[in-house]
Amino acid sequence: MKTMLCILTVLCLLICTGGNTLAKETVKIGLITPLTGDVKTYGESVKNAFNIAVEEYEKRGRYRIQVIIADDRNDATEGANAALKLITQDRVSAIVGPVTSKVAIPVSDIANQHKVPMITGTATSPKVTYSDKKRKPYVFRACFIDPFQGIVAANFALKDLKAKTAAILYDVSNDYSKGLAENFRTTFTNGRGTIAAFESYQKDDVDFSALITKVALKKPDLIFLPDYYNKVALIARQVREKGIKSAILGGDGWDSSDLLKIGGNAIVGGYFVNHYSADRKDPVAASFIRTYKARYGVVPDTFAALAYDAAGILLKALDAAKRPQSDDIMKVLAPTKGYRGATGLIGFSRNGDAVKSAVILKVEKSGFKYVTTVNP
Amino acid sequence: MEQASYILSQVINGLQLGAVYALIALGYTMVYGILRLINFAHGDIFMLGAFIAYFLLSRFGMPIYLVFLATMAVTALAGYLMEKIAYKPLRNAPKISLLITAVGVSLFLEYFCSLKAVFTPDYIAFPRPFEVETYNFSLGGLEFSFTNIQVLIFAITFSALVLLYLLIYRTKQGKAMRAVSYDRETAALMGINIDNTVSLTFMVGAALAGMGGILYAMAYPQINVFMGIMPGIKSFIAAVLGGIGIIHGAVIGGLIVGTSEVIVSAFLSSTYRDGVIFIILLIVLLVKPSGIFGKRIDKV
Repeated sequence: MKTMLCILTVLCLLICTGGNTLAKETVKIGLITPLTGDVKTYGESVKNAFNIAVEEYEKRGRYRIQVIIADDRNDATEGANAALKLITQDRVSAIVGPVTSKVAIPVSDIANQHKVPMITGTATSPKVTYSDKKRKPYVFRACFIDPFQGIVAANFALKDLKAKTAAILYDVSNDYSKGLAENFRTTFTNGRGTIAAFESYQKDDVDFSALITKVALKKPDLIFLPDYYNKVALIARQVREKGIKSAILGGDGWDSSDLLKIGGNAIVGGYFVNHYSADRKDPVAASFIRTYKARYGVVPDTFAALAYDAAGILLKALDAAKRPQSDDIMKVLAPTKGYRGATGLIGFSRNGDAVKSAVILKVEKSGFKYVTTVNP
Repeated sequence: MEQASYILSQVINGLQLGAVYALIALGYTMVYGILRLINFAHGDIFMLGAFIAYFLLSRFGMPIYLVFLATMAVTALAGYLMEKIAYKPLRNAPKISLLITAVGVSLFLEYFCSLKAVFTPDYIAFPRPFEVETYNFSLGGLEFSFTNIQVLIFAITFSALVLLYLLIYRTKQGKAMRAVSYDRETAALMGINIDNTVSLTFMVGAALAGMGGILYAMAYPQINVFMGIMPGIKSFIAAVLGGIGIIHGAVIGGLIVGTSEVIVSAFLSSTYRDGVIFIILLIVLLVKPSGIFGKRIDKV
């Protein structure tokens, strides 16, 4: 009996120490992001930043990370399929992403059902973490949500741009766009602004002439365009070509180097709400910007910064969790407070949404310029 | 008066869209006239035209008239190959096989072109060869404006229509096309080369679609591989509305569809826009399936 115990103890010791010194245990993490399609610059930024976060973690973390990347093409079905594959076939321990709300909403349902922790950097629709009056306990995000973004935009329009009338053009088939449009409208009318036009279009539309001619008639002080950069750039061009001089304002979907490429002069002078500005003075942000710039040659956009933070929060929780598995990670993740990320201090609310400040950026010929910070 | 000006500028917006639909609808109608085939891949030829023009403009910086000629030549070739590879082997097969093949060709073109090595599935900004200029007019209180792009679209669409009429009614080839569309067997007995005539029809239709693609991309400067689907369907509706197989029917149908689209967006909501267009299709099919100009015999 004694010898048995001895052997067992030795064996146990061997296994335990072996695990730590010889080779680190491998943990699989899935990344769902749009690498092709209409918002591919988001996906590329996210992938780049995610890789940096993982590499930095591996230098000191407990595990070796195997990254499995899936392209969702900014398509909800594609994203859901990718999530199912990551969870059931690859058996990932956690998922980072998806990037846009319309993909993140179905994916968050799947992740929650399968009890796989998911953290998105940038999906801002409230429905990602909370739907049908229920919190999805396995889902978190490193960004603020649309109601806050819509309120910030409307207050900026009223106070700083001194707008009295506004026209809103939004994509009726996109939860992100719709959410922003509605929250902007509520806050703007509460602040004694008038909504001159509240017009919707559809995902594949390229001809906005009818809507824009309608808006031109109302001569609003401001046009609010809560959509992704591709559509915004296209609408802005048609707005300027119709000779409308109103100010243009939008949300974080504008943040892409392609916005200026497609929009050209039409988009210059526009303002948008964002999560962070690369001009921010902060050691974490500075170090991230330096690494990113050295590796990819460009200043990271919001999508990169938020993905870096989302991955950072998850990896930190992974390290602290007892086992690298669903419930253990989730329990460590939920009470996260005061995480120092590239986009500022991040803590989760009861719903797993980050509570943090927003910034307003202005589009200029050379890039985006910091205007002001708005606290929650 | 302001209301009238508003309606007029919306109608101009609609005609701009409708003129492009008309160009695509011409191809649908010509092919249908000759083969009784609805070529669903036609909208993808339109997309091909936009992409070829994009490469010619951005990579080679060709002058715009050369871009038009070269693009039309390439899309004509694509139309020729499509017919030879996909449709000719099925010429004597049941109609339904041809129709299914057309859907297949359409999907093939879309997803083949969306490969990373081909056009990629990304949205690409189309470089306009010239800046947009707006000309304002005032006519007895009515105020309206044209852009140079609108002028170009109207000019090209209507000259294309005139040339097409000349081709069909003033040339020997056109006579052959009309003969084949009346009765293929008899035309063959009279010594008309059916294969060549069908090929020519496809090539002319594809060239027109390619041209439509360039104009569309200039008006709405963003392209992607799936951009042909909706314009393709709308143009098909336009062709049916005007009376499929009838040349001027396609043009009038295109203009009606384009204008109704814009009018619905302007006075109702863009959410109803596509619904209204499909209701038009349903009404035409129920009330007068041969279309507005149906029952005439000047088929191609």
